[in-house]
Amino acid sequence: MSTVATVPEGTVHPYTLSHLDSLESEAVHIFREVAGEFERPVILFSGGKDSILMLHLALKAFAPAPVPFTLLHVDTGHNFPEVLEYRDRTVEKHGLRLHVASVQEYIDAGKLRERPDGTRNPLQTVPLTEAIQQLRFDAVFGGGRRDEEKARAKERVFSLRDEFSQWDPRRQRPELWQLYNGRHAPGEHVRVFPISNWTELDVWQYIEREGIELPEIYFAHEREVFNRSGMWLTAGEWGGPKDHERVETRLVRYRTVGDMSCTGAVDSNATTLDAVITEIAASRLTERGATRADDKMSEAAMEDRKREGYF
Amino acid sequence: MTTPIQRAGQVSATTLLRFATAGSVDDGKSTLVGRLLHDSKSVLTDQLEAVEHASRNRGQTTPDLALLTDGLRAEREQGITIDVAYRYFATPARRFILADTPGHVQYTRNMVTGASTADLAVVLVDARNGVIEQTRRHAAVAALLRVPHVVLAVNKMDLVEYAEPVFAAIAKEFTAYAASLGVPEITAVPISALAGDNVVEPSANMDWYGGPTVLEHLETVPVSHDLTACHARFPVQYVIRPQTAEHPDYRGYAGQIAAGAFRVGEAVTVLPSGRTSTIAGIDALGESVEEAWAPRSVTIRLADDIDVSRGDLIAPTGDTPAVTQDVEATVCHVADQPLSVGQRVLLKHTTRTVKAIVKDIPSRLTLDDLSQHPAPGQLVANDIGRVVVRTAEPLALDAYADSRRTGSFLLIDPADGTTLSAGMAGASFAEVAGAVPDEAPAADDAEWDF
Repeated sequence: MSTVATVPEGTVHPYTLSHLDSLESEAVHIFREVAGEFERPVILFSGGKDSILMLHLALKAFAPAPVPFTLLHVDTGHNFPEVLEYRDRTVEKHGLRLHVASVQEYIDAGKLRERPDGTRNPLQTVPLTEAIQQLRFDAVFGGGRRDEEKARAKERVFSLRDEFSQWDPRRQRPELWQLYNGRHAPGEHVRVFPISNWTELDVWQYIEREGIELPEIYFAHEREVFNRSGMWLTAGEWGGPKDHERVETRLVRYRTVGDMSCTGAVDSNATTLDAVITEIAASRLTERGATRADDKMSEAAMEDRKREGYF
Repeated sequence: MTTPIQRAGQVSATTLLRFATAGSVDDGKSTLVGRLLHDSKSVLTDQLEAVEHASRNRGQTTPDLALLTDGLRAEREQGITIDVAYRYFATPARRFILADTPGHVQYTRNMVTGASTADLAVVLVDARNGVIEQTRRHAAVAALLRVPHVVLAVNKMDLVEYAEPVFAAIAKEFTAYAASLGVPEITAVPISALAGDNVVEPSANMDWYGGPTVLEHLETVPVSHDLTACHARFPVQYVIRPQTAEHPDYRGYAGQIAAGAFRVGEAVTVLPSGRTSTIAGIDALGESVEEAWAPRSVTIRLADDIDVSRGDLIAPTGDTPAVTQDVEATVCHVADQPLSVGQRVLLKHTTRTVKAIVKDIPSRLTLDDLSQHPAPGQLVANDIGRVVVRTAEPLALDAYADSRRTGSFLLIDPADGTTLSAGMAGASFAEVAGAVPDEAPAADDAEWDF
């Protein structure tokens, strides 16, 4: 039945692209669409690998001109010091402009209340959405990937948010071809996910290929941790360990970098990119399933948070 | 062969295949998707545990693999797939992006969404039922969207005693029908998604079948097209002008090559203005290259300082698309609000958005029986119809049959920004295919020309 010749095994068709080049080209296309159609875009930048990847792609997309976007970091007050140091160094290196929305300031001002479990990740939503409104951002880049979580798998690349930043999964615009529809009313904005189609392994392979520098906590190192609900959390002033929790020094690394209060480390002796990639390729756990408490709160935890305006 | 993930170092050898699944509610689509993910070891332990946990909570004794793909609260509550979900898996040979599309007829728009970016569509058929109306709809949508490769997966072979004649009859009927619609390549595979026959592993129950398993076919089907036969197209997205001390004169046109290939030194024309120049350089995200092809994102520099901006199209001189303000197209209406004759809309084509008015809706297709209704006056959600649109500014528009990327467009409601319709410019696919069904599926089908 075939009317198209198949390429013999072992040969590479002259006009193919590697999967990393395909993903890179798609992401760059998305960055350029936003630059062409929006007034005030911003990149959510936490110093985690996905936002580092986004910044790297944006730098390539507009080279040799500077990136035409500012950065926004929602600082929970419980961030890893190494990551904040990386963040500031990167901003300076590329001459970027960084806005910081601080959860701690909201708590100090009585506008947010600390949760009994000490987890601050869900508290990010209010400072994030208020920063978007106050600074009048109309496009907000997030490093969300569809392979992370089943509600994220339903997310569009261009995701319209109302004036309250809410996501309504039943009222999403169909996304056809590469024709992204960014129309929005005043007060609304669009969340944009340029690396939607990347998997965790794609991210690491690309980081290796491009020689992108990462914060040290992504690589195996000795760290004082304690066990809470099956996760190795970093001991610190944020609220751990509690009396019955025992601190020990372990050789660990992080697969995902969020807030210290909900991001767990994994046992690892991977000190190089190569070793990290080998480790992930063999892992039987997903990135978030292994190390994120915030997704385990309920079956629809991510969907519910996204509805409220979380990225 | 089914190691979950390739090793570093093999990166350059792997390619990316985007494919979509289509199937009726009970054809076992979720089971097939679950089987592909599970047997290619792409479902990780915590995901499986979550599914097992959720299944137990629902009183089910076996894990419901559909829960892997139904990510929304409403979907799990109703037990149906409402929206397109994208899934990712890999083998040592290739990376896959699967658009898992709902089978309900009222969600035709979601099937169109999934198929619009797909290189391949898997159409599922229940071996006991054979080719039914829904199968014909799926074939029609795949043909309409010009998905390059179609796989017919004849499922539930275990329920027809793995009988070759059952498979052969369905494959023959579907192939004749789909070919008459202009589907270029069809591969039929007899499977049992439930038992795992011919999905990832070859089936011991069907030794009469000599073809590939579904996964083998997905791994080997070509993803690149013969670019020497393609019209090269470059929609300009953004003009890069650093105006810095280091790059005072740099002026590059950034974009993603929509079709074909471009070379340094090539004579090009910029549309709609018609100005000409030659390509002075191609910057492929940091490296200077002599040649680049679709779908790479690059920056093109021209030898002459001519007026080029976002929305323009660069094409080889002598191989340019027609420039027109009168667009005839087939559209799939994707919004809940209707599209009516006389309606003012926005039309987004490549990187250009222009005002437009719907001049005429000559016909509407009824997907149930593929019959055609003249002058319906309006299109409602999930309708497929012919439209004539007049635009306020000229567009450099290809026929969708020649270029999926530069022949496609969106109609957008200017009031609230809703995406109204997905448009495919040019003659209908049946006309283009020039196909008169030789094993005529039904008498009235010969006439439809949406």
